[in-house]
Amino acid sequence: MSDDHVYLSLAEGHEDGDARWAFGTGFEDPLYGVSTAVPEDVDPADLAACCLALGDDALVTAQRLAEWTTRAPELEEEVALANIGLDLLGQARLLYARCGQVDGTGRGEDAYAYFRDADDFRSVRLAELPNGDFAFSMARLLVLSAWRLAHFERLAASRDPVLAAVAAKGVKELTYHRQYAAEWVVRLGDGTAESHRRMQAGLDRVMPYVGELFAAYDAAEAVLAVLRQVGEAATLSLPAVPEAAAGSGREGEHTEHLAVLLADLQSVARAHPEATW
Amino acid sequence: MVTALADVRRARRIAEQVPDPELPMLTLADLGVLREVRMTPEGTVVADLTPTYSGCPAMSEMRAEVFARLTGAGYERVEVRTVLDPPWTTDWITSEGRRKLAEHGIAPPGPAPRPAPGPVPLVLSPRREAVCCPRCGSTDTEETSRFGATSCKALWRCRACREPFEHVKEI
Repeated sequence: MSDDHVYLSLAEGHEDGDARWAFGTGFEDPLYGVSTAVPEDVDPADLAACCLALGDDALVTAQRLAEWTTRAPELEEEVALANIGLDLLGQARLLYARCGQVDGTGRGEDAYAYFRDADDFRSVRLAELPNGDFAFSMARLLVLSAWRLAHFERLAASRDPVLAAVAAKGVKELTYHRQYAAEWVVRLGDGTAESHRRMQAGLDRVMPYVGELFAAYDAAEAVLAVLRQVGEAATLSLPAVPEAAAGSGREGEHTEHLAVLLADLQSVARAHPEATW
Repeated sequence: MVTALADVRRARRIAEQVPDPELPMLTLADLGVLREVRMTPEGTVVADLTPTYSGCPAMSEMRAEVFARLTGAGYERVEVRTVLDPPWTTDWITSEGRRKLAEHGIAPPGPAPRPAPGPVPLVLSPRREAVCCPRCGSTDTEETSRFGATSCKALWRCRACREPFEHVKEI
């Protein structure tokens, strides 16, 4: 280690001065080599809006799941939640990359994740609410993954081949996510009096936000069927879905929690906007 | 023409030998991530990779390694492309790859599940699906967590020899 700079030292000792161990691989575009063409019968603005909303849902949910790391009830659950978050982060990267290809800006994934303010995010408000109780997090994950799975099953037949491929891949991942959340809802709902009380409270807190998801893609039938099935096994009572409240995350109207989440998520990228990693 | 054919075969052999960064006992060919290696009429070597999971952090490393080995072998124009469709499935892990996994203490995957509409399967007791313990061969095993140290693995334990082990989960 002849150099004082720790990263330069790391790069030493590799053939041909290969510095990727210290500086990364330099491959930044997760869609590299995938055809960027947009089919003639697809409206690029609609496609971009769809990719952006689904990318934002995934990024914000991934960030909330990552917050469970070091705080989950057991190590296995921490690993599970981080894995689910990683799948969603991967989906967000692909969707942002596609969005940048078709919205006319040519932006890369980092521009969407790190250099937009809360008003520019199109994620649902349910995703940004603080984690709170583990039971609330599980009720939220069940609803979000059931809705996303239903939507992706449909999008796997999208006329845009890139979105269709991202969705087809996502279906396999979301099936695991939904099952994980569903099993926790049953375990807690049908557990002790205390876990039942907290699971019911978590579900009650999620339901007022569900209408916002259905306004974007009406999967009410599929999602409510899952909630009825899981709720019954969990001995929970299913609150009615209220009319969607005024305002929507899909229009950039968020709770105060999103700006705080983004400040954390974006702090390093904004402090060092020219940095590469 | 014969030279070009021999050349693309050589390029394919080189790309096939690149190890997976997270399961280094497997090559990208064993894992089924390397889909195709071809040569364009202009002489560019094109290698197609399909990611295992959307968020697989090893993807850029795989691309860098395939690129580095091919350029290192004298190919001047090399492109490593991402191919998303059809999505990767554990069914693409070769029989050689499955043998190497088991040899290294990781239980290989069974057949990938077909998409099944209908109710969410709710199994709260530990799953027991006759996954063979890679240490003692017993099928008296159970899942401890469906998520493990990498996206593609679950945690299991053997009830016969009491050893914990990893299992590449079906997708």
